[in-house]
Amino acid sequence: MSARVGVVTFPGSLDDRDAARAVRLAGGEPVALWHDDAALAGVDAVFLPGGFSYGDALRCGAIARFSQVMDTVKAAAAQGMPVLGVCNGFQVLCESHLLPGALVRNAHLRYRNRPARLRVETSRTAWTRLYQPGAEVVFPAKHGEGRYVADEAVLDELEAQGRVVFRYLDNPNGSMRDIAGVTNEAGNVVGLMPHPEHAVDELTGPSADGLGIVASVLAHLTGAADTSGVSR
Amino acid sequence: MARVVVDVMLKSEILDPQGEAVLGALPRLGVNDVSSVRIGKRVEIEFDENAQNVEEQSRVIADQLLANPVIESFSLSIEGA
Repeated sequence: MSARVGVVTFPGSLDDRDAARAVRLAGGEPVALWHDDAALAGVDAVFLPGGFSYGDALRCGAIARFSQVMDTVKAAAAQGMPVLGVCNGFQVLCESHLLPGALVRNAHLRYRNRPARLRVETSRTAWTRLYQPGAEVVFPAKHGEGRYVADEAVLDELEAQGRVVFRYLDNPNGSMRDIAGVTNEAGNVVGLMPHPEHAVDELTGPSADGLGIVASVLAHLTGAADTSGVSR
Repeated sequence: MARVVVDVMLKSEILDPQGEAVLGALPRLGVNDVSSVRIGKRVEIEFDENAQNVEEQSRVIADQLLANPVIESFSLSIEGA
């Protein structure tokens, strides 16, 4: 039986269908979850997709944090359930304090929409364990508020603990220390701005590099050849 | 009826590209002696007639929703409490 990966739809989510498609192409079973429903329908992992939840009112992700489903996701994440947030999903995870830091307006104020070259900095997360550390991948980036910021002390801690998961090779938004994605201490919660779910086949994306994200969590869930330090 | 005004500003160490853009436009207005522009949000809240603990509740609203303490600070002013 393949692992069930929940994909949450908030009002204003855009990439939930691509996220579900990525899960399916990687061999998982996508399960649609609704923002207003506290139930996680027995899923093994949760994918928070990109978009403009609640119209980005106030700040990106600020309202989604108070949705029914996020209460349950927070509790499940604390128990070790793998949770991935992409773009708006990353913003929701930061606003929910599941990940440190915040995402603010791009330094140049322009919406950035192009493939982003990234370096995978660590395989010690539930969502990157099948990548070689240092591997280069190309995921589409498309965001206006993707500049990652945090206190210097927080950034130093992230670096020291190996919790910077993805780094831009050509920083598209002014993110501090070129950070494109981070993880929590346990390595089960990962957020990144560029979109692995848009890079799952050569026909529709700039690469198929994104398949490894869902493949990683499927491997993590089946406990195959556990070489990572991720705790469950 | 208590009316509360919450001002939310990006912390000084966080780059404000909107403020920078406005600053950059000022010379076109003929204004050349401005050194900094910072843009924030002003939020006006009106409580019900019988609301209790207005300051405390306002602080919760500001701290947990209106401002993200990672990047922003806020100040409260309460009128007609």
